[in-house]
Order: sequence, then structure tokens, then C-alpha cells
Amino acid sequence: MRHLLSTADLAREEAIVLLDTAEDMADVADREVKKLPTLRGRTVVNLFFEDSTRTRVSFEVAAKRLSADVINFAAKGSSVSKGESLKDTAQTLAAMGADAVVIRHSASGAAQVLAGSGWIDAAVVNAGDGTHEHPTQALLDAFTIRRRLHGAGSRGRDLDGVTVTIVGDVLHSRVARSNLWLLTALGASVRFVAPATLLPIGIGAWPVETLHDLDVAIDDAPDVLMMLRIQTERMHAAFFPNEREYAREWGLDDARLGRLPATTMVMHPGPMNRGLEISSAAADSAASTVLEQVANGVSIRMSVLYHLLAATGEAS
Amino acid sequence: MTHRDGAAGVTRVAGATLPDGRTADLWVEGGRFVEAPAGGTADRVIDAAGLLALPGLVDLHTHLREPGFEQSETVLTGSMAAAAGGFTAVFAMANTMPVADTAGVVEQVQSLGERHGYATVRPIGAVTVGLAGERLAEIGAMASSRAQVRVFSDDGMCVHDPLLMRRALEYVATFDGVVAQHAQEPRLTVGAQMNEGELSARLGLAGWPAVAEESIIARDVLLAEHVGARLHVCHLSTAGSVEVVRWAKARGIRVTAEATPHHLLLTEDLVAGYDPRFKVNPPLRRDEDVHALRAGLADGTIDIVATDHAPHPTEAKECAWAEAANGMVGLESALPVVQAALVDTGLLGWADIARVLSTTPAAIGRLAGYDRPLAAGSPANLVLVDPTSVSEFTRDRLHGRSVNSPYLGRELPGRVVHVLHGGVPTVADGELRPADEVAAAATGRR
Repeated sequence: MRHLLSTADLAREEAIVLLDTAEDMADVADREVKKLPTLRGRTVVNLFFEDSTRTRVSFEVAAKRLSADVINFAAKGSSVSKGESLKDTAQTLAAMGADAVVIRHSASGAAQVLAGSGWIDAAVVNAGDGTHEHPTQALLDAFTIRRRLHGAGSRGRDLDGVTVTIVGDVLHSRVARSNLWLLTALGASVRFVAPATLLPIGIGAWPVETLHDLDVAIDDAPDVLMMLRIQTERMHAAFFPNEREYAREWGLDDARLGRLPATTMVMHPGPMNRGLEISSAAADSAASTVLEQVANGVSIRMSVLYHLLAATGEAS
Repeated sequence: MTHRDGAAGVTRVAGATLPDGRTADLWVEGGRFVEAPAGGTADRVIDAAGLLALPGLVDLHTHLREPGFEQSETVLTGSMAAAAGGFTAVFAMANTMPVADTAGVVEQVQSLGERHGYATVRPIGAVTVGLAGERLAEIGAMASSRAQVRVFSDDGMCVHDPLLMRRALEYVATFDGVVAQHAQEPRLTVGAQMNEGELSARLGLAGWPAVAEESIIARDVLLAEHVGARLHVCHLSTAGSVEVVRWAKARGIRVTAEATPHHLLLTEDLVAGYDPRFKVNPPLRRDEDVHALRAGLADGTIDIVATDHAPHPTEAKECAWAEAANGMVGLESALPVVQAALVDTGLLGWADIARVLSTTPAAIGRLAGYDRPLAAGSPANLVLVDPTSVSEFTRDRLHGRSVNSPYLGRELPGRVVHVLHGGVPTVADGELRPADEVAAAATGRR
């Protein structure tokens, strides 16, 4: 693996290897000294053109647990008119000798442009590009699902037969896209539940079932219910009338939570709008995996950095 | 009169293949085609054996960028690119800085073209002040200026206000002008980045739906019918747009339409790599759309091919997709692309190409001298092409200031070998003639 740009590029076996390595990395977190020497002397740059403290910190912790040197490069205000271009920034980082660049950018495809540009020779990790993909989020979600289902016996397992329902703003969600490709590659079956305005046009050929009724989806008792963050500015562009209606039609409220089987796990990529797409009771319930997702994010990102930087030259 | 190469005396173009397939000599004297002189002697002979003679190409849709964006293109560099592509006339879009919305700007562009001599430069006037879509520009002043503007367009922006569009159509009709509409419903294309469909969903790029183009064309043809004006639709890109124009023509509405070379060859699949060279507005569409456009040209629904030559500096394309500028340079590649898409596929013959790339665009723009192509008495606007040549399209084929071509590295047929603009050689033996010689010859002939 040279870069991690999209989960659409990951075959089932590659994905399972990444998840299995993350299991090993998770074990490190239980040690007294939470650190491996693997990436000593290597430099990982967190290049964030868009604010995201959680994702940036998660990558930072992951890199530091592998003993890499970490540079946080916040380049907010990325437009050429406002500041440095992607090209100039990339060439600057190349001159500084970055071995891996973790990039978050508001433009879809920015990670792919960086990886294919020739401006820099480093491994590129897509930490979220516009409304395109967020592959490490999908990996940590798959990891979380697998751990909840199989616990200590997770290694080597796929997600065959697991049903996942993703609810909300699929149109603008890089998390939904990355999860769809990865979860289906791992054998899960995925459903999108959203108002028609928040589903992309033309996804009829995608390996996903779409429906417009959250209550039907709840009554089908999926193994996983993943609630997407809704951005309230969407209602100004007429995607939905107002927050009240969104919460009523598309939110996981206490009543819907109560109708879910105890085995259904409730996921959210964070940060949550409590009371809008998810109620506080749902977020804090035993079904919720929200905090596990955060913890698992570090393990997954350690695994990704390990495979990109330490496992160079090996197969895959 | 100066006596520079070929600008004076008698030139014999020997053994050219005409668009209808016949082989003939063409004679040029004093900037015009003439009958074969009695003695049959020439001061200069262009060996055109095996070469196809087409009337000088006319581009109804070019961005020359001057004044205001000279880092991308100037009237000189743009008309050099035009000559290299076989064009002898280009219509320069109004989205300069300042916008070509006054007599002063259009006269400036007109005279720059005359001074350089590579091609006739016909300025297009803005429909609305500053292209802002709020009030009419000084259309009458531009029409009666020395530039005699007949084509008006806010290209880059759509004249989206239906009342303003109606008024513009009525107003320009009084002096036989035409409004060239950039058909794009702005509210349906907020932030749009590529054709809306499965691929835009997968790539996470905001979609530019076909309906945003088709709904404006439908509205405008009905407006043109209502007020009895003529309408020209820029860069049709969807199958549905072809259907709407076909319907309008069947109804007798005075509408003409253009397609760009890139919409006749390239599809949205090229966007998958996020390479901004393929970012253009309207966006590249589906394969079905490409074929509908070709069929539209073949059956006459679409009248012309126009390049939408849109130069941009390198930095505007070396960035993330959403941050990149829309547009492609197209003058030098137009004829090869049209040959690949329409001639080599058997859809159009060379006589049709002469029509869609010369006679008809000149007629729409009310440009004189192109109605009797290659005929004695007509201005000697001529391009000689080697249609059997196939080569990789490389950067050295580009003669404008910008290199944002989507065809670099692609095999394309056809090569321009000679070009005469009003009898003045602008391309000879495949090489662009030097600017000072062209300017001197053009000035001397006047």
C-alpha cells in the first residue's frame, strides 16, 4: 500500500489485514508504556486545510505511539487567493523531508491530487476530502463493529451478513461513501435512509438499498444503526424544512431507540448534534459505540501508518 | 505596398483537394481568390498536393482575455493560436477586465486584432453591464461603434433574468444582432463541479445537472419565438438540449446552436482522476450526450462547432479540483478533434466541416467574406490540412500563452500545413509565421 486515498481501492483481504494490525495496535494501548519504536526517525505531517481537532489529534496520538516525529501543519484558508496553494505547501513539506502526509481538505480529490502530483514523494493518507471519502473513519467503524460482534475473536473475521443502516445526510457525507465501499467489501449489506434531497442522484447502481422511512428501517432491526451528523446550514439550501422536522423524521429519538433490539449498536462519527440527529439518551446508551469509535480511531490510524511506512516493500 | 512573402503578387495553390473531393488549383491575388490568370504564371506556388483545402475557419466563441487577463492570453497570442489551428476569424468573448460592455473596449479589441493580422478579431459585446445580469449594457453604442458588434453574450454567466433576456433579444433584433446565451440556470448549479450523475456522487463533487442547461434553452427558444428574434445557444452539452433545439427548429424558431470540440470527444469519466485539465463549464458529460451532440451536428440541429478556447495560467489548474478554473484551450486542437469525432467516424464529410467551422459561424456572426468559400472574388481565407497525418498532440502545437489543453499526450488526426488570412500567409509549411512579418503584410495589404 503506497497511499490510503479511498476505501474503494481496498480489497477485502487488504482491509482485514488493516483491521487485524489495528487489533495488535489496540493491545499496545493496554500496556504501561503505550509506545512502539516502529517509526522512530520518520516524520508524519498532519496537513489540515480544514479544522478538525478530533481527527488531527487521533492521527497525532497514533503517530506518536509509533515513535514518529509529528508536525502539525494547519493551513486553513487554503484557497489560492487567501494563502499558500496545495502545490506550494506540498513542495514545502517535501523539502522538509516528510515521510507521510495526512491531509484533510475541503475539496474532494485533494488527497488524490497530492498523491499523484509529483510535488511530494511521501505516503498520503486521506483524512477527509470534501464530500468524497474519509477512509480511516470507515476503517475504524468496521473495526468497532467487528469488535462488538466478535470481541477477542475478531482477528481474521469479515463482516459477512452484518446489516448496517446509515441515516442522514448521505449527499454531503464522506463517511457514508467510505463506509459503503468498505463495509460491502467486507461482506456487510448497507442501507441508506434519508430524505430524497440528501441522497445523491444516480446511485441506483451502487451496492446499497435506499429508503425514505426511518421507522421501517428501525423495525427491520439492523445490526448497526449509524447516524450521520447533519449540518444545520443545509436547511437554508432547502434540503429540509427545519431542525424540528429533521429531528422528528430522521432523528434517533428515545422512542425509536426503545424499539431497537438490545443487540443493535448505535454509531455516530462525531461530533454529535444531540437532540437533532441523535438524542442524548441514545448517544449515552449501552448501544452507543461513540467512545469506542474514538479509541479505535487511534488503533486504526496506527495500523494505517504502520502499513504505509514500516511495511514498505512487503506484499500489498 | 510592401512586398513581403506572399502578401502581394499572384499565388498559386497547386493541386489542392477541395471539400467536395475534386482537385483544383486555387489562385490568390490582392488578398482575394481570383480566376486562373491567362498565362498561368504565379509569383509564388504553394504545393497543395494531398492537402485538403478548407475555407479559413471561423470561431464564434473564443476567450482572448485582453484587456485584463494578459497573463492567460492576449489578442496577439490568442490570434496566433487561432492561426495555428487554421482559423482566420475569431469572435472574442466579452468577459475581459474591464468587461466588453462599452464601445471603447470593443473598439480596442477590434483594432488589436487588425494590427496583429493573424486573424480577423470580432469583438462580442456583453449583454449586461459587467456581466452582472442586472441591466443592459450599451448594446446600441457597441453595434454602431467602429467595431460594428453583432453578437452579444454574457458568456461565463447566464442571462438568467427572463425579463432581461426578453428585452435583450428584442433590442438586438433591431440591428440584426444575436444574443449568444450561456445556458446555465444559476440556482440549479450553485457550487457545481461536474456533470451530475453516478460519477459525481462517487467522487463527491457537486453536480451540474443537465436540466440546468435544458430549462434555460427551453425558456429562451420560447422567448425568441414570442418576440421574433434570433437566438444563439452556446456550447450545447446534453442530449436533452439537442432535443429542445430540434423541437424549436421544427417549430420555425430562429435558433442556432453550437457544440464545442471537447463535448464532441471527451466524457465525464476523465474527471475520475481529479485532473483539473478536464474541468470545464458546461462540464464534460456522458457518452450518450457526446453521441447525441454528434448526431445533432449530422442532422443540422446543431449548426456549428465553436471552441470556447479558454486559456488559464498554470497555477489555475495545478490545484484541487474545486479550486481550479473552468476551461480548456481549444483553438489549435479544434480541427483534429472535429476530424476524430465527426469525419473519421463517418458522420460528416469535409464539406460539412467547412460549413460548421466556417460558413455558418460567419453567417451567424454576420461576418462578411465567408459566404462563397474558396470562390473567385472572395477574400483569400484558406487553410490547407493534411488529414492523413496522425500524431501525438504535444505542447509545441500550442501557440497561445496558456497550455491547459485536455488533449496533451493524446493521438489526434490531421495537421494544419498552410493558412492564408486575406491572402497573408499566417502558417506556412506547418510553422506559424513570425508576428512582425504577419503584421507588416496585413498592414501593407490594407
